[in-house]
Amino acid sequence: MTVLAERLPAGAHAEHHDEPTLIVKWLTTTDHKVIGLSYTITSVILFFLSGIMALAMRVQLSSPGGAGMSPQTYNELFTMHGAIMLYLFAGPFAFGGLANYIVPLQVGAPDMAFPRLNAFSYWLYLSGSITMLLGFFTSTGAAAFGWVAYAPLSSSVYSPGPGADLFIMGLFLTGFSAVFTAVNLITTIFYLRAPGLTMFRMPIFTWNMLVTALLILIAFPVLTAAMLLLFADRHFGTHFFTVSGGGVPVLYQNLFWFFGHPEVYILALPYFGIITEILPVFSRKPVFGYKGLPFFSLLSLLIAVPTGIKFFNWIGTMWRGQISYKTPMLFAIGFLLGFLMGGLTGVMLASPPIDFATHDTYFVVAHFHQVLLATAVFAGFGGIYFWYPKMFGRMLRDGLGKAHFWTLFVGFWLTYLPQYVLGLKGMPRRVFIYPSGLGWGALNMASTVGAFLIGASFLFMLVNLFVSWRNPIPAGDNPWDGHALEWFTSSPPPHHNFVKLPPIRSERPTWDFNHPDAPVLPHGRHAKEQPALVGVGSPAGTSGGPAQTPSAPADGGTAPGDGSGETGH
Amino acid sequence: MLLGILLGGCKLPTFYGYRGVTSQSHDESLLYEGTVIAAIVVGVITGSLIIWSALRYRRKSDTIPRQFQYHIPLEIFYTVVPIVIVLALFGFTVYTENKIDNVVPNPALNIRVTAFQWGWRYDYTNYHVFVEGVRTEDPDPVGLDGKTCVQSAPTPNDCLGPGLVMPVGETVRITLLSNDVVHGFYVPQFNFSRYALPGVVNRFDFNVQKPGIYRAQCTQLCGLYHAEMFFHVVALPRAQFLAWVHGSQPQPITDAGPIPTAAQSAKAFVPAAPAATTKSSAAS
Amino acid sequence: MRTEARLLIGVAIFFAITGVGYWFWSSEQSGTAMLVGAVLLGIVPGSYYLWWSHRMKPRPEDRADATVPEGAGVIGAFPGSSIWPFVMGMGLFALVLAAVFGLWLLAPAFAAIFAAAIGYTRESRRGGTV
Repeated sequence: MTVLAERLPAGAHAEHHDEPTLIVKWLTTTDHKVIGLSYTITSVILFFLSGIMALAMRVQLSSPGGAGMSPQTYNELFTMHGAIMLYLFAGPFAFGGLANYIVPLQVGAPDMAFPRLNAFSYWLYLSGSITMLLGFFTSTGAAAFGWVAYAPLSSSVYSPGPGADLFIMGLFLTGFSAVFTAVNLITTIFYLRAPGLTMFRMPIFTWNMLVTALLILIAFPVLTAAMLLLFADRHFGTHFFTVSGGGVPVLYQNLFWFFGHPEVYILALPYFGIITEILPVFSRKPVFGYKGLPFFSLLSLLIAVPTGIKFFNWIGTMWRGQISYKTPMLFAIGFLLGFLMGGLTGVMLASPPIDFATHDTYFVVAHFHQVLLATAVFAGFGGIYFWYPKMFGRMLRDGLGKAHFWTLFVGFWLTYLPQYVLGLKGMPRRVFIYPSGLGWGALNMASTVGAFLIGASFLFMLVNLFVSWRNPIPAGDNPWDGHALEWFTSSPPPHHNFVKLPPIRSERPTWDFNHPDAPVLPHGRHAKEQPALVGVGSPAGTSGGPAQTPSAPADGGTAPGDGSGETGH
Repeated sequence: MLLGILLGGCKLPTFYGYRGVTSQSHDESLLYEGTVIAAIVVGVITGSLIIWSALRYRRKSDTIPRQFQYHIPLEIFYTVVPIVIVLALFGFTVYTENKIDNVVPNPALNIRVTAFQWGWRYDYTNYHVFVEGVRTEDPDPVGLDGKTCVQSAPTPNDCLGPGLVMPVGETVRITLLSNDVVHGFYVPQFNFSRYALPGVVNRFDFNVQKPGIYRAQCTQLCGLYHAEMFFHVVALPRAQFLAWVHGSQPQPITDAGPIPTAAQSAKAFVPAAPAATTKSSAAS
Repeated sequence: MRTEARLLIGVAIFFAITGVGYWFWSSEQSGTAMLVGAVLLGIVPGSYYLWWSHRMKPRPEDRADATVPEGAGVIGAFPGSSIWPFVMGMGLFALVLAAVFGLWLLAPAFAAIFAAAIGYTRESRRGGTV
C-alpha cells in the first residue's frame, strides 16, 4: 500500500501489517534502509571475491618463476579484480550502500524520493555484477583486457568470446544503476530535508554525496555510451575504434577518461565524507572549516590542492579535541596516513616527466592502491564500524575491531611500499611473470606477505560480526555521542525513519540537542580569543526540546512519489 | 628550494629512481629527486601534525573541548601554501617536459620502431636494415666491444627480446608505431615511456650518454603474452655501431618463427643461442 | 531553493570555463562535446530552479529559522513494497544476456519488462499493491 509519510508528533509509530517471508520482503522492498544494506552486503561480498583474486595473483608473483598460473588466467584475474573493485565495490559500497542508508537519515527524510527507482537501481546493480562475473563460466573465460578495456585490445579481433561481451553488458547495467541512484539522491537532498536544515547545515557526508551524484550524472553516461559503441564495433560491424575501418582507437581513450577522471573523485569523495563524520564525533569537536568543505569537494575536480586543504580541515578538527580511540577513529587515522602517502605520490604522477618514467609500472599500482585502500577500505570499513550500531542497534566488539585495524594497517604498508620500489626499478604492471636476477623477488615476496595480512585482517571483522550476531550488546540510539540527525532516531530507525525531530540550528542538530551548553563558537572567533567555554551564548539559539507540538498538517507537497505523482492513499 | 637543487648539480639521493642514461632523462631524474624531497617535507610536516594531534589530544577526561570551527588566517594560509607548491611543481614540470619532448630538426639516425603482438621491429631507415624479434627471443644478440649481449650485459636477463642498437652521444629519432593494439615503449634507465598507438605516430629523441645494455619492456597490456614482450637497447660507440649496421651481409627476410609456448618461455628467461638472426637489408 | 539553483548553475559555469579552455588548448571535439553536455546538465535544471525560487515562498528547509512544527504533516506519497522493480530489473538482465547468449532470451526479457511497466502503472493508479 502507498504510505503517506508524515512527520508525526512524538510517540506515534508507523504501523506494520502482515509479515511476509524474508525473501519476499527482500524482493519487494522499497525501504532505503533495506536497499542500502543490500547494496552494502553485495558489494562487500564482491570485495571479498575480488580480494581472493588479488591473493591468487600475489601468490603467482611471489617469486620470479611464478606459481604455475597461465597468462590467460592471470589476465582474467587482474581484469576482473580491477573491474570488481572499481565498478562493483568502491563506488556502490559508499554511494549505493552507505549513502542510501545514511543520507535520508541525515536530512531527516522518511525515505529516498523515488523508492521504487531505488529498488530498481539495486536490481540493476546486482544483475550487472552477476553478468560481469558470468564470464568466468564461459569456455573462453572472462574478459582479459584490463578494467579500462582499451580498444582495440577489447575489439572482437583481439578479444573474441562472450567474456568480453558480458563485461561490457555488466558495465552497461551498473552504469544505469549509478545514474538512477544519483538522480534519486539529488532529489532527496533537494526536496526532502527537514525544516531548518538549509543546504549549508547539511553534514559533510551528505554534501559529498550530492557532489558525487552530480559527477556521476556527468561521467557515467559517457562510460555507458562508450560501452555501447564498443559493443557495436564488436558485433554490428561499426568502426568507431578500429583503424582499418577509418576509426580512431584514441577516441575510446578520450571517452573513457572523460569518465575516468571524475570517477577518481566519485570513488574518493564519499569516503572523505565518512572521515568527516567520524573525526568530529570522536574528537568532540565541530568540523573545522565546515563552510569551505563543500566548495572544495566541487573544486577537487581541478587538482590536488583542495584535497591537501582537506587534510588541514581534518587535522584542525582533531586539534585541541578530546579524541577517543574507538575502532572507527583508528580507521580514520589509518585513512589520513595512507591517503597522505597515496596523495603525495599522486601529485608526483601528475607531473608528466615523472609519469614518463613510471607510467604503467608498479609505482602507479602502489599509488592507486594506497589511495583506494585508504578510501574504500580504511574509510569505508571505518564507516561500517561507525554506523553498524545505527543499522542493527547493537555494538561491534572494540577489541576485535582494533585487531582488524592493526593487522590491516601493517599489511597495507608492507604490501605497497615494496611496490613503489619495484615500479621505480622498472617492473611493469599486469605481468604474470618477471625475470629473475633483477632483484625483484624479495620485494615481491614482501608484498605478497603484506597482501595476506590484509586478507587475514578481515577475518577479525567476520568474527566480530558473528560475535555481535550471537551475543548482542545493545547500542542505544546514540552510542558515539554523534552529531548529525541520524543519531537522533532509534537504532535501527523505524519505518520512515523519524517519529520526532530536534530543532535544527547548525550542521549537528543531535549534538546541539544533547549539549545545549556547548554550541559552536561564533564565526570568526577562534580558540585563542575564547576565554572559557562556560557562558558563551548560543549563536543561533537552541530553543527547547524535541518537537512535540503537533501542528496542523501543512501540505509539504514537494516530494514526488516515485514518478507516479500521486498523493493517493 | 627546488631551484637551488636544479642549479646545484646532481648529487642528490636517487630515491630508487634511475639517474637516466640519456641527456633527456637526466632532467627527469632531477625533477623526480626534487619532487621527492618536496613530498617528503610536506609529508613529514602533515604526518607529524596528524600523529601529534592524534596522540596529544587523546581523551583524558569527560569534558567537552572548546567548539571552535573557523580560523580565517590559518585557513587562508593552508590554502595558499599548497597552491604555491603546486604552481612551483607545475613550473618545473613544464620546463623539464619541454626539454624531454624537444625534437631536434636533424637527428643523426632515424629508427622506426613498430610494436606488434608480441614483439618489436626496428627499421633503420637511413641504412635499409631492420631487426625483428618476438617476445623473449633476441634475433641479433649484439653486445659491447664485439661480444654478444649476454657476455657484456650485467645480467643475462637484460638481453631478453630484440636489441635496439643505437650509437652513443648522438641524437637518435625514434618514430613509434603500433601494428595492432596499444603497446607501451618503456626503457626504465631512460626514465621514459610512450604509448605505441595504432593509427598514431609518436616521435621522440634519445641521446644516450653511456655505452651499455639497457633492459626494456612493453608496459601497456597488449594481450596474452604482454608480460614477455621484452626488448633492450644496445648503446654502442659510433664506430661499433657503424660496424654493426654495415657488418652483416644482406639476408633474405626470414619468418619470425613459431611463437614459443608459455611453458617454454616461462621456465627460462635466458635467450636462446643466436640462431634466429633476422637482421637483414630491406632489399625491396 | 535558491542555494540548490546556484549550485547547479555553479556546476554549469565550472564546466563552461573548463570547456572553453579545453577547446582552445586541444581543439579536440569529443571532449568538448561532452563538456557542453555537462554545462547543459547544470544550466537546464539550475535555471528552472532559479526561476521558481523567485516565484515561491521559501520552504521550511530553505529557512534557517524554521521550526519543526512548520514541517509537520504530509511530506509526500511513498509507495509501499512492490515486486515490479525486481521484475523490471530481471527483464533488463535477460535483455543484456540476450545480446550475448542468443536472441531467444528476448522473449522472457520483453515479457518481464512489459509486465513490470503495466504493473508499475496500475500500482500508481490504485495507490500500490502487494
